Amino acid sequence: MHNCSIVQQLKDLKTGKYSAVELTSHYLERIKKLAPLNCYITVLENKALEAAKNADEDRAGGRDSALLSGIPIAHKDIFCTRGVRTTAGSLMLDNFTSPYESTVVEKLRSAGAITIGKTNMDEFAMGSSNENSYFGAVRNPWDQSRVPGGSSGGSAAAVAAGLCSAATGTDTGGSIRQPSAHCGITGFKPTYGRISRWGMIAFASSLDQAGPMTRTAEDAALLLGIMAGRDKRDSTSLTDPVPDYSASLNQSLSTLRIGLCEEFFREGLDSRSEKVIMNAVRVFEDMGVRITSVSLPNIKYSVPAYYVLASAEASANLSRYDGVRFGYRCDNPVNLEDLYKRSRSQGFGNEVKRRIMVGTFALSTGYYDAYYRKAQQIRRLISNDFKNAFEQVDILLGPATPQPAFKLGEKTDDQVSMYLQDIYTIGGNLAGLPAMSIPSGFADQLPVGLQLIGDHLDESRLLATAHQFQQQTDWHLRSPELETGE
Amino acid sequence: MRQQWEVVIGLEIHVQLQTRTKIFSGASTTFGSEPNSQACAIDLGFPGVLPVVNSEVYPKAIAFGLGVGGSINLVSAFDRKNYFYPDLPKGYQITQMDKPIVLGGSVEIPLADGSMKTINITRAHLEEDAGKSMHEDFHDRTGIDLNRAGIPLLEIVSEPDMRSSAEAISYARYIHQLVTYLGVSDGEMSQGSLRCDANVSVRPYGSDVLGTRTETKNVNSFRFLDRAIRYEIARQIEILESGGRIMQETRLYDPDRDETRPMRSKETAMDYRYFPEPDLLPIEIDHAYIENIRRQMPELPREKANRFHTDLHLSLDDARVLAASPALAEYFETVSGQCGDAKLASNWIRVELLGRMHRDDLEISNIPVSSSQLATLLTRIRDNTINGKTAKDLLDALWYGNTTSVDDYIKDNNLMQVSDNSELGTLIDRIFDENPKQVEQYRAGRSRLLGFFVGQVMKETGGKANPALANDLLRKKLG
Repeated sequence: MHNCSIVQQLKDLKTGKYSAVELTSHYLERIKKLAPLNCYITVLENKALEAAKNADEDRAGGRDSALLSGIPIAHKDIFCTRGVRTTAGSLMLDNFTSPYESTVVEKLRSAGAITIGKTNMDEFAMGSSNENSYFGAVRNPWDQSRVPGGSSGGSAAAVAAGLCSAATGTDTGGSIRQPSAHCGITGFKPTYGRISRWGMIAFASSLDQAGPMTRTAEDAALLLGIMAGRDKRDSTSLTDPVPDYSASLNQSLSTLRIGLCEEFFREGLDSRSEKVIMNAVRVFEDMGVRITSVSLPNIKYSVPAYYVLASAEASANLSRYDGVRFGYRCDNPVNLEDLYKRSRSQGFGNEVKRRIMVGTFALSTGYYDAYYRKAQQIRRLISNDFKNAFEQVDILLGPATPQPAFKLGEKTDDQVSMYLQDIYTIGGNLAGLPAMSIPSGFADQLPVGLQLIGDHLDESRLLATAHQFQQQTDWHLRSPELETGE
Repeated sequence: MRQQWEVVIGLEIHVQLQTRTKIFSGASTTFGSEPNSQACAIDLGFPGVLPVVNSEVYPKAIAFGLGVGGSINLVSAFDRKNYFYPDLPKGYQITQMDKPIVLGGSVEIPLADGSMKTINITRAHLEEDAGKSMHEDFHDRTGIDLNRAGIPLLEIVSEPDMRSSAEAISYARYIHQLVTYLGVSDGEMSQGSLRCDANVSVRPYGSDVLGTRTETKNVNSFRFLDRAIRYEIARQIEILESGGRIMQETRLYDPDRDETRPMRSKETAMDYRYFPEPDLLPIEIDHAYIENIRRQMPELPREKANRFHTDLHLSLDDARVLAASPALAEYFETVSGQCGDAKLASNWIRVELLGRMHRDDLEISNIPVSSSQLATLLTRIRDNTINGKTAKDLLDALWYGNTTSVDDYIKDNNLMQVSDNSELGTLIDRIFDENPKQVEQYRAGRSRLLGFFVGQVMKETGGKANPALANDLLRKKLG
């Protein structure tokens, strides 16, 4: 039952093939047996079982109207959960229990979903391998010597390994799509502002966006419909009405135009991955989709611009972790400066400190124009590139990552190479566009993710395209073989 | 020869906007609550929280902008000002740097010599207040109260147009009156609703180059502002005259020692690393919104002064003085309306009331004589019940709390003016009998002695004689 989509599980729960308690217990069993994957920071065994019991009682009493009633979902540990530890993968928040619920968790819970646990992640969502977690690296279920990608690595690996029905993630520069690609699942990042950021621990506020991580595009549509919408607690959340994504999955794509991003198929792309992607393109061609080639001339500046902007915002967003009101505080501070210095030096990991320093530098007097302002200009140029591209095509296509999952430790000493892992995903964040990664084949037994990028608020068409691709392929149905003794 | 120095002062005034809740959260703004009882997760800067602008702040900031004739930016935006301090929970303050809500404007302030001066306003912007650090009462530690964190402020920045501490105080008082009058702020200075940062420099007279300035921060009373500025002027002149150089620095005024002292110098000045606040969208305001606020605004001091001059025929000088403070203007209009004589009301308020207020260091809001008491008193002058001298005594009686009712006091103390012809005539005849020498001298041409007889009449009547009638009768009988 752990390899089924949510849509299938809902049917099974309805027909009584298994109960919510059975489903939840099954996942809890698997989480224990597959603990070495290190997908979870916190497992909410008792709370989840209690919620499952309630769901079963509701169903027995005919009160199972909630859309996701009885479905166990894992939340990236960046979403605040009331009364539950929320760490953001950092020692800084190791002792932090949130007094409030994030909008994403609240909406899914209200829809009947069971919160089964909080997933591992790169500290404060900064990383592309999940090796930057205070709680240790997550292992890729397809090859446990490899990384799952990051920063939503715990969520991606948990979905791939069948440790939850679906998971939530956040994507600032590719943190949903890149691990989804590496773990062979469907990861969706909506238009910036489509899902409220309330209660989602901030990394880079103008780029952060939550999204669902699922087994299928159909599940993603279902979850997105619940997660999306205006939230008066987040001024940047969009007021546009939320369409019925599930209902439009089978919309006609006969006039669809897909553009291949020229710049994504140049030097740097692994040839095995390229082959997989081109095979996927042929699937679309067979579906009758018109394929053309488009150029995003400024996309080559996206990585440096991103690392300036995201780090600048992060440097301010992470100032609140000062050891004064909550979170980690150093032992016996002798004065204020000592309190700040040691609490932050000890409480943050190296990558977080590196980005705080980069961001602080980029905003400093005398450097602001050369870095922050310049990066903002590049951001506008890249947005314009996308705007031009969407005048020619409906959806952009390319790889989600330069190559399949790499080995644990392989890139930890090479920051530039690590940062380049997000080279194909960052553009979507800078332009605030909806984008997703879907399984499109394997390279040496490792999943390869296909990235689709849509125009502003064009989630419906993007999900329909992915769904109809999944009707023609079975890559998304493949699961890694894992020893559980079952 | 001794160098003559010109003083240059600009003020940054932080005004607390009168709102029920904070600028970015739903926490209450009520003053004086238990420390940290009015700080929610947003004010505490908890992980994952987001600010949402309290829409109550826009009409207030716009009303101020219109009140000083500034322009309202149709698109303004928030920025983050980054610095670490324990009472700044997020490690940055949300403020407006590049696009403030109000640009430009000016105010007319009264000077000591009765003339008016224009002070230009550079800008006014919205921002959040920080919390309060308390270094006393916590042995070896600092207490932090975050009730103030997130209180909405309007920072009003003036041009360096003031040339003395008196001008600076007059300007600050004007701003205080204006924001109170417009309902922008409650103006409670004892609660920190208005705080001033004074930028002070001096330069040789005739120079058009500004001297190096210092900024004295966070002064919360007009008296302290006056002292701080005067201390700073004296300090700077002393340094320059002994051949020294002024350091550009931030200073604090210590009222206990009546001095300013350095807080931080430019060398260690903070780099605030401003950048646009990504959690908030730009504020977009349309003309209709602004016009709606303009329509609801009360009459402004300068409009009021013109009306007092044109409609009530006060001198322009009287009109400006009475209109300068909304509370004073309201007091004047009540008295004037009730007694039916604007000129009489104006004279009594300017001379008698303002004189007593100045002497006793009182504000119009806390003087012991109500407008209707003064109106009754003036009415009794107009209907000849009492004379001017009695009226002044009566005003003192009201001022010192010896009575609350004008009419009762007149009756109880038998202060009615003596306007009876025969009663006064009999009295005058008696005075003549008792002072034959003076009568003789007067009739011989010493007409100045009329004053002596008036004095005698007043003395005998306990000051109650109708002065005009007494004069008349005396002239007739001496004639």
